[in-house]
Amino acid sequence: MENPDVMSSPQSHAALIDRLGTELVPVRRLLPPWLRTVGWLLVVVAIAVVLLLHYGAEPMLRRWTGTPDLGWAGMGAVITTICAAWSAFALGVPGGRTGWAWLPLPGALLWIGASGLGCLRTWIAPGTQVASLHQSADCLVFIISFSIPLSALLILMLRRACPLRPVLTAVMIGLASAAASASLLEICHSFDAAATDLLTHAAAVAVVVAVNAAMGGRLLSKRASAPFP
Amino acid sequence: MSQTLTATGFMGVDSGRSRRVSLLRNVSAESPSVSIDGTSDQRRAAWMAAAQAGDRRAYEKLLADSVALIRAAARRRGVAFDHLDDVVQETLLTVHRVRHTYDPTRSYNAWLTAIASRRAIDALRSHGRRDRRELHDELAVDNHPDVDDASAATESEQRARQLHDAIETLPPGQRQAIEQLGLRERSLSEAAELTGRHAGALKVNLHRALKALRERFHGEP
Repeated sequence: MENPDVMSSPQSHAALIDRLGTELVPVRRLLPPWLRTVGWLLVVVAIAVVLLLHYGAEPMLRRWTGTPDLGWAGMGAVITTICAAWSAFALGVPGGRTGWAWLPLPGALLWIGASGLGCLRTWIAPGTQVASLHQSADCLVFIISFSIPLSALLILMLRRACPLRPVLTAVMIGLASAAASASLLEICHSFDAAATDLLTHAAAVAVVVAVNAAMGGRLLSKRASAPFP
Repeated sequence: MSQTLTATGFMGVDSGRSRRVSLLRNVSAESPSVSIDGTSDQRRAAWMAAAQAGDRRAYEKLLADSVALIRAAARRRGVAFDHLDDVVQETLLTVHRVRHTYDPTRSYNAWLTAIASRRAIDALRSHGRRDRRELHDELAVDNHPDVDDASAATESEQRARQLHDAIETLPPGQRQAIEQLGLRERSLSEAAELTGRHAGALKVNLHRALKALRERFHGEP
């Protein structure tokens, strides 16, 4: 069914193959995606432990028992973190399914949905401590400032990978680091979700994902299309 | 060794190994025209595993074996016949650079096809850009009214083939210079990095090659 390779230039291919053969050196295989995901998550867990030692787990647990939907939102953020980090690493290996990029969606829906519900409840039942715009700005700074090093670490861990869809991979990196930062924020967040608060969270996550897509995508695509190591 | 068994032949001869075929369902779903012969994929996977450990012979066999797969993937993406070899070369270079990302427990064909498809898309984009740029030159379009004419197409194809043949006869250094700098339109520094030659040597070789080609097409009686 295919055309015969009448125009193929086997000579030049043979020359290239020969040259690549002479340049062949043993390589260290890339670790499987799940192992690299665990490695990155360990860093996030280490930061969480430091924050827990500083703030204690009690305020967080008290808030969660008082407003269970916040607990669900936190859970959603954690699931999003894990799934997005794994998809970023999986997308760095050629031949995998691009469909894995949908994996973080359920977690993200839980995260966004539960946060939105919290916000709605504040309107319905006022009285809970609502964050002022100033406090919300703190959340924004927190999420962005934690996302930068976490994104940088992910990009660093993907430097040997070959993401054939660089922008999609960068979006996953942004989502993973923003979700991780939001999960960490749960530990030292002193107030309930409110419209302003939710808006700043959404803005922070959007900023982190967009910056990653623009910058990380370029960094990663350079890596994927560079002619030689 | 039976390396050319067809999918049906393979399954008919040895249905006990059908799980290997199921391993490759991924590949065949994505690339139906690629052979779903389980053994050839496994053989390539084993060669790549050996190449990752530094086995040059296995590596060269694997790359030579991969050319047809790359061409098939590029054709499926709609790459023009003339540009298939460019995609093959770019894919081989990428395979060399990212060979550590291959996991021997997974399908080699799927891994290679993904890389080849990406390089095919890159080629289509770059040619698309070039074509758009060239189409804007109305004078050039007016001067070539017979662009769709069959005889003109054949003629230009013949000329291209003659040029190709002439380039093939050049000494290796000159051929490399004209392929990298002239045909693939790479910059001097890119070509130097790719070929491992000095930029100065490439320049000298390019000039010599152009001179030789000019003499061949215009200078000779």
